[in-house]
Amino acid sequence: MSRLSPDNEELARTIIGRYPRSRSALIPLLHVAQEQEGWVSRDAMAHIAELLGITPAEVLGTCSFYGMFKLEPVGRYVVGVCTNISCLLLGGEELLEHCEARLGVKAGATTDDGMFTLEDVECIAACTDAPCLQVNYRYFLNITHDQVDALFDDLRAGRRTDEVPVHGTLTRVRQHVAPERWSGHGAEGLPLPPGQAR
Amino acid sequence: MAEQTEQATKTTVTVVLDGREIEANPGELVIAAAERNGVYIPRFCYHPRMRPVGMCRMCIVEIDSGRGPALQPSCMLPVAEGMKVDTQSALTKKAQDGVLEFLLINHPLDCPVCDKGGECPLQDQTLAFGPGETRFVEEKRHFEKPIPISELVYLDRERCVLCDRCTRFAKEVAGDPLISFIDRGNHTQVNTFPDDPFSSYFSGNTVQLCPVGALLARPYRFRARPWDLDQVESTCTACAFGCRVALQSSANRLVRKLGVDVDPVNQGWTCDKGRFDFEAVNSDDRLGTPLVRSTAGPVNGNGGSPVDLAPTSWSEAWDRVIEGIGRARLRPGPESIAVLGGARLTNEDAYAWSKLARSVLATDSVDAQLGDGLPAEVVVGLPRASIDAACAAETVLLLAPDLKEELPVLYLRLRQAVVDGGLNLVEVSPVATGMTPYATVSVRYRPGEAAEVVRALVSGDGGVGAGGQSDAMRRAGELLRKGSLVCVLGRPSLAERAQPIAAAAAAVLDALPATTFLSALRRANVHGALDMGLAPGILPGRVSLDEGRRWFAEAWPAVPASRGLDAEGIIAAAAEGRVACLILLGADPLADFPDRSLARRALAGAGFVIAVDSFLTASSRRADVVLPAATYGEKGGTTTNIEGRVSRLHQKITAPGTARPDWMIAAELAWRLGGDLGFGSEDEVWDEIERLAPSHHGLTRARLASAEGFDGLLAGGVAEVGDHDAPPTMSGADAPGIQGPLGHTKDDSLATTGMGHDVHPDPQAGAEPAGAPAGVARAEAAAGAGGSGYADGDTPGEVERDADAVERSVEAEGSGRSGAFRPSGGGGDRGSTPQRPSPLRWSLVEPPPSPPPLDRYSLRLVSARKLYDDGTLVQNSPSLVPLAPGARIRVNPADLSPLGVVAGSKLQVSSSQGRVVLEAAPDPAVPQGSAVVAFNQPGPGAADLIDSTQPVTEVRIETLSGASGPTP
Ligand code: SF4
Ligand code: SF4
Ligand code: FES
Ligand code: FES
Repeated sequence: MSRLSPDNEELARTIIGRYPRSRSALIPLLHVAQEQEGWVSRDAMAHIAELLGITPAEVLGTCSFYGMFKLEPVGRYVVGVCTNISCLLLGGEELLEHCEARLGVKAGATTDDGMFTLEDVECIAACTDAPCLQVNYRYFLNITHDQVDALFDDLRAGRRTDEVPVHGTLTRVRQHVAPERWSGHGAEGLPLPPGQAR
Repeated sequence: MAEQTEQATKTTVTVVLDGREIEANPGELVIAAAERNGVYIPRFCYHPRMRPVGMCRMCIVEIDSGRGPALQPSCMLPVAEGMKVDTQSALTKKAQDGVLEFLLINHPLDCPVCDKGGECPLQDQTLAFGPGETRFVEEKRHFEKPIPISELVYLDRERCVLCDRCTRFAKEVAGDPLISFIDRGNHTQVNTFPDDPFSSYFSGNTVQLCPVGALLARPYRFRARPWDLDQVESTCTACAFGCRVALQSSANRLVRKLGVDVDPVNQGWTCDKGRFDFEAVNSDDRLGTPLVRSTAGPVNGNGGSPVDLAPTSWSEAWDRVIEGIGRARLRPGPESIAVLGGARLTNEDAYAWSKLARSVLATDSVDAQLGDGLPAEVVVGLPRASIDAACAAETVLLLAPDLKEELPVLYLRLRQAVVDGGLNLVEVSPVATGMTPYATVSVRYRPGEAAEVVRALVSGDGGVGAGGQSDAMRRAGELLRKGSLVCVLGRPSLAERAQPIAAAAAAVLDALPATTFLSALRRANVHGALDMGLAPGILPGRVSLDEGRRWFAEAWPAVPASRGLDAEGIIAAAAEGRVACLILLGADPLADFPDRSLARRALAGAGFVIAVDSFLTASSRRADVVLPAATYGEKGGTTTNIEGRVSRLHQKITAPGTARPDWMIAAELAWRLGGDLGFGSEDEVWDEIERLAPSHHGLTRARLASAEGFDGLLAGGVAEVGDHDAPPTMSGADAPGIQGPLGHTKDDSLATTGMGHDVHPDPQAGAEPAGAPAGVARAEAAAGAGGSGYADGDTPGEVERDADAVERSVEAEGSGRSGAFRPSGGGGDRGSTPQRPSPLRWSLVEPPPSPPPLDRYSLRLVSARKLYDDGTLVQNSPSLVPLAPGARIRVNPADLSPLGVVAGSKLQVSSSQGRVVLEAAPDPAVPQGSAVVAFNQPGPGAADLIDSTQPVTEVRIETLSGASGPTP
């Protein structure tokens, strides 16, 4: 539970400066907060409200609308198992049950060691390769129970970090967009995502 | 040919509504056009005073806009030529049925324990348009049953239909978006941010707006069932804005106050103080019997306590009163008897006391204000603007205290005019206010220096002003000269005298003579009281004593020969022992006079004190006799708001014990003193006012009671601003909500939720010079009518006619006890009939005192009121008591840091009048060199510091350990 760090506050001000109306910066700032702590805390929301001149209730309203903003701490790896129709027909539900058994938590919960948060998600638009899941929004398609076990073991052991960065939404944004095409992020002086060289 | 012309000039849109052609206004929404034409389309989210959002889909009907019929939300679609709307088709009905079935899926149906049951749009519309049964058998969603979202409002999320009315209101209308939709989809709920309550001054409106029982008012919860309620329509007098309200009672207790939509005034809204202050009327501490000071007790003023006041009968109380007044009458001089207060009375009460004081008590030392407003001549004598005119002006100059705190719904109106209408707001104030975020330009002046700053502003001399504000000054000056200008004028701070504000107003009028003024005095009916002559040198009808003497001498037994003292003068005289009898009319100078130590000495020094009050206040506790007065909701009559709008009050309950209306007390006192005020009912008082008070001439009871008077009528010939954004007219017939006797001749109903609005009279119909901008009407009035300044003119013929009427009425009543008017020239020994006197026009006579040179060791005090304070209303309304924030001293951190003071630490604050210990609140919004202490909060505070004889009060602060500052 903390406010934005001084660095991030500065980043926030830079981002706010890019918009004609400061409140347009709300979602980018929520990303900054989530990157800082892995989730968006009350203090961070109150701080963002202050920076934007809106009320914390308005920040919470927006933040809670989007499932990808976490209002509680989550694990290092957020595992989303699709149980929508195509995946359901091809074993999505069994896949989720397997994950629950393997991680020892129900969907929606986080393992005691803080490594994994398991989620039951709607269609992630990879129906052609059902059943599928995502870890920190990286896709694992046509996945078998054995592959799931191996994936969890690897992540727990600190392997495959190049493939799956730690939780933090901005990380994903930065990983797939060449720095020169980032929407302002990564411009001079802005921090780079973990594991990224300029 | 004729047809062609008609076609070319056609300004309406023809729509086929259920097979019948109707004319709609361009841009009008289908739902509104249908309603105006008698067809009620069910709805939940649509509200005519807020932007449509199309949230609930209840209003979908089959509409053919030329591409074939389709279901469309009628609250989102403007009318178009040739559009066909079918609200009765099978498809429409199936859709309505379906929407209601969906809405009920998650609705708990706990109607038997829901406050809304019986007046609930969801119940009513389900019955009228919904399915008989649900097919939903699964588990409904669950939330913790009502959670408090503020001190006043509970939220039951299970009942919420997510219509977005409360959240839209909070954001769009109140500007306090402290509630929001949280989460998404099936989980969506209305809520606040954790631990950040919905502490808006307007939160109660959401309870009234909510179309289900999801939002509940703590003071009303489980108190009554709607079908047991009885109601009348009335006007709120918690402040001087005059919101129109419905007063509802059950078993002779007021249980609820609801806002009624009156276009030129409150547009349906109220503030929470106005909404919940009825608790004070029901208070067990109300006075129901006269009290007299027991002879054994300490003499008046010296530590008198309630124990010393013993209940008694009216006759014994009267004996004491007559004896006290009799003794005072032996003392020569105009100061022997003085009357303070009257701003909480009705117009009729105020007139009766004004007449009593002048013609029976023979004193002109009367003042409805308590030294906490502006000189009465300024309020009465400046050219006036209506609220609508202020909202429609190009620029408003705000030279007033914080409107959000003192006239909350005026704040809403101006805020809306800024946000939606592009009004330019120039704020000139000593510190930031609730209005500051909406000001186009804010100029800060150092306390005491308002006149200099305003003079520089209007003269375009940008150089002056507190600390390097030349840019703001220049922009403000430009805006003031840009077009129509309305100045909202009040007393920004009680710690500086009123004269500089008056001088500032004079400067504005001097430089920009077309400026009109809207008063920002806050106390209940203070404007009515001043209009009725409860101010020295002013007679009823906004005329000066000298100007009106002849006219009133015809009708009244006597008129004082010379001007009396105002509140400051009375209090100063009493403190010196020169007032033999002091009458307090619902006035509590110990709480409200800016300088408490002087007020204390005045009450101690006054020979005999009579208090006419509904409560024992700090001041009435020190009286020798206390006469119990009926209060709000217990009497009829009329009240006058800030713009001079006279509107009707209605009685709903009976007063406790033998408490009675103030006018009755005045009439009886006159009679016991051997005089006769000449009226036996409120109506008779009003008739006399209408006959005699020039500014109220023509405001007959018949007009006030007619449809035209629904919104109240502006006194003094001020014109209504015609087409101010009138809401769609709505039929009451189909509107859910309580229908009840309103004591109104118009066929109207009150909707408790705004589902179906009360019927609106056509804003144009019958209004005084309708549609004419205030300025034009005023100019015409001044040009014609022999310069009387009143739009309705006073031709000699008319005066003659009126004089005849006076004579006739005297003849008619001559034999009775009343004998209202002595016939003019009845014995033939007088000259010609006097002319109806012309209105007082104020112009500056004495220059304001100049503030002392800046002293870098002291801070200049700024003190104004908060909405919730230590006043009688709030302190006797249990729900409001916890909301008074308490007195703290707000100082710029730069002035505090040399003392090493942090937020929350205690500071000793001293002035020439006294010293108090207050909690420090560093606040960068307070300019350096100033200190802000809210007025009249519980406990010691600003009144213990203010020196009312100084142009501005200066204070020094030191830590309790002795460090003082600010240091050089
Ligand atoms: S609480 Fe009432 S007003 Fe607010 S969204 Fe729910 S139903 Fe509408
Ligand atoms: S703004 Fe004034 S008149 Fe309106 S409800 Fe509040 S106190 Fe009453
Ligand atoms: S259903 Fe699983 S990805 Fe679409
Ligand atoms: S969608 Fe039209 S009233 Fe709600």
